[in-house]
Amino acid sequence: MEGITNQNGMEPVLRFIDVSVSYTPGVYAVKNVSTAIYPNTITAVMGPSGCGKSTLLRAINRMHDLYANIKTTGQIILKGKDVLKTDPMEVRRMAGMVFQQPNPFPTMSIYDNVLAGYKLNGIKLNKEEKDEIVEDSLRNVALWNEVKDAMNKRGSFLSGGQQQRLCIARALALKPEVLLMDEPTSALDPISTNRIEELLLELRKQYSMLIVTHNMSQAARISDNSMFMYLGELVEHNNTKQMFTKPRNRRTEEYLTGVFG
Amino acid sequence: MKRSGIASIKARKGKDRLVYWFVCLFSFLAMIPLFVILYNVISKGYKNFNLNLFTKGTPSSMDALMAKMNGEPIPGGILNGITGSLLIVGMAILFSVPIGLSVGVYLSENRKHKFARIISFLADLLQGMPSIVIGIIAYAWVVKPLGGYSALAGSIALTIMMLPMIIRSTEETLKMLPQSYKEAGLALGSSYTNVVFKILIPSGFGGIFTGILLAISRVLGETAPLMLTALGASVVNWNIMEPSSAIPLLIWDFYNDPNLVEMVWSSSLLLLIVIFLLNGIAKIVARKWKV
Ligand SMILES: Nc1ncnc2c1ncn2[C@@H]1O[C@H](COP(=O)(O)OP(=O)(O)OP(=O)(O)O)[C@@H](O)[C@H]1O
Ligand SMILES: [Mg+2]
Repeated sequence: MEGITNQNGMEPVLRFIDVSVSYTPGVYAVKNVSTAIYPNTITAVMGPSGCGKSTLLRAINRMHDLYANIKTTGQIILKGKDVLKTDPMEVRRMAGMVFQQPNPFPTMSIYDNVLAGYKLNGIKLNKEEKDEIVEDSLRNVALWNEVKDAMNKRGSFLSGGQQQRLCIARALALKPEVLLMDEPTSALDPISTNRIEELLLELRKQYSMLIVTHNMSQAARISDNSMFMYLGELVEHNNTKQMFTKPRNRRTEEYLTGVFG
Repeated sequence: MKRSGIASIKARKGKDRLVYWFVCLFSFLAMIPLFVILYNVISKGYKNFNLNLFTKGTPSSMDALMAKMNGEPIPGGILNGITGSLLIVGMAILFSVPIGLSVGVYLSENRKHKFARIISFLADLLQGMPSIVIGIIAYAWVVKPLGGYSALAGSIALTIMMLPMIIRSTEETLKMLPQSYKEAGLALGSSYTNVVFKILIPSGFGGIFTGILLAISRVLGETAPLMLTALGASVVNWNIMEPSSAIPLLIWDFYNDPNLVEMVWSSSLLLLIVIFLLNGIAKIVARKWKV
């Protein structure tokens, strides 16, 4: 994995050590994944449908805990903490997640949606702190100017692209260590997609991001590193340029050239 | 070939029209009883629908007879029934809403558990239970042990009737919400309880609230279970351990008293108005609170 881009030569924010996930005993949706994610990088997670991308992503913030049948083994180290041995609520505050379908909370205003993480965690803030967090987070996702006069409107009044940016703002408001995104633009039109991509490049200054995508040109446009998964295994993890020009693995090459997937 | 095709389309259109008119006709027929009820209740009830109805307790049969002979209006109202209904139904709301909500949440969140399926089945059984049977059960399990009829016993009977409706509406409403609201909440580090109370229930508020209102309007008119539990009282009572009147109980009493029988209609009119209002509010809330 020596080709992985590490912007500042820093310690990894996230490290996978022999991570496996199974939905049914003995059947692994993710199999022995070991690798590292460095600060201030965007990592694209690619691979054919069903190869385990979402499963790997959801292992990081312990979403698998919601379903009793799912077993996760190995170690996931997030900022020095073993995720699987840490309180899931603490882990989830450190790892923000953005879903495929924009899902602002329908009964909350735009303002409250941004602050949802604080509300749900019972963290009390005074008015100035709230205003500051909301403005910062919305500026971060380039939504501030569009919604600053409609703070009390419901989040669901926004367009799909705006809703997704609101969801990113909601995740960022908690100042997570990493941002996990599972096909965040696949439900959006090209213009909204474009804006989100620009936004992610901007956010890279402050955050590390993992983004699952089926869109290879998107991966090429925005990611520093790319992971290619196949049948639950991490086949290749390299800096994106190298992976797209000189893939090491035959399967990666076949996938990237459209032979399958 | 072509001609017969056209002919069959014509025939089908004719049939469609026939069916349409039949549907209209039957819909109209089905509405006739409603109009008859409304006409009767309003035309006979408005006479005594006055301030007395809301400010005075039930008159004695004798007083009513005297007034009638003097050509005066009935000297009383149904204040004891109104307060009784408020007390009994109010308590039933206090009992049934928290329990019904909790069970509804439990059922929607644990769809596959065996225990949840059993509860769900029991709720269905309860929903089909005749109200008189529920009254008898409340009599045996509450009235007898407490040593007497009481508003409390009445409210427990009504609670049992409201529960399955609240459970079902809560469960169905929550099941309709996308799983991603819950996941998004948890992904922000929220506790499960907070997700339920700050996201799921508010998001399903319209449906849940509508279910509660409909359950209330359903038990407001219940008579049989109250006869066996709250019994009735001729004076205003706010003590939950004492027998208490209720509007439907008074309607039954009035019906059995030739001197008071006129008051059947004004009391029914009040009950109908309240129930229509509740249904109306339920409709509006269900429409407005769409997420
Ligand atoms: N809830 C589940 N129960 C059982 N098996 C599941 C479940 N979710 C996913 N799987 C299986 O786990 C494997 C990986 O699924 P996963 O959703 O992680 O794939 P993916 O790479 O995200 O695919 P896609 O690109 O279609 O989103 C698949 O074989 C899938 O059938
Ligand atoms: Mg997926």
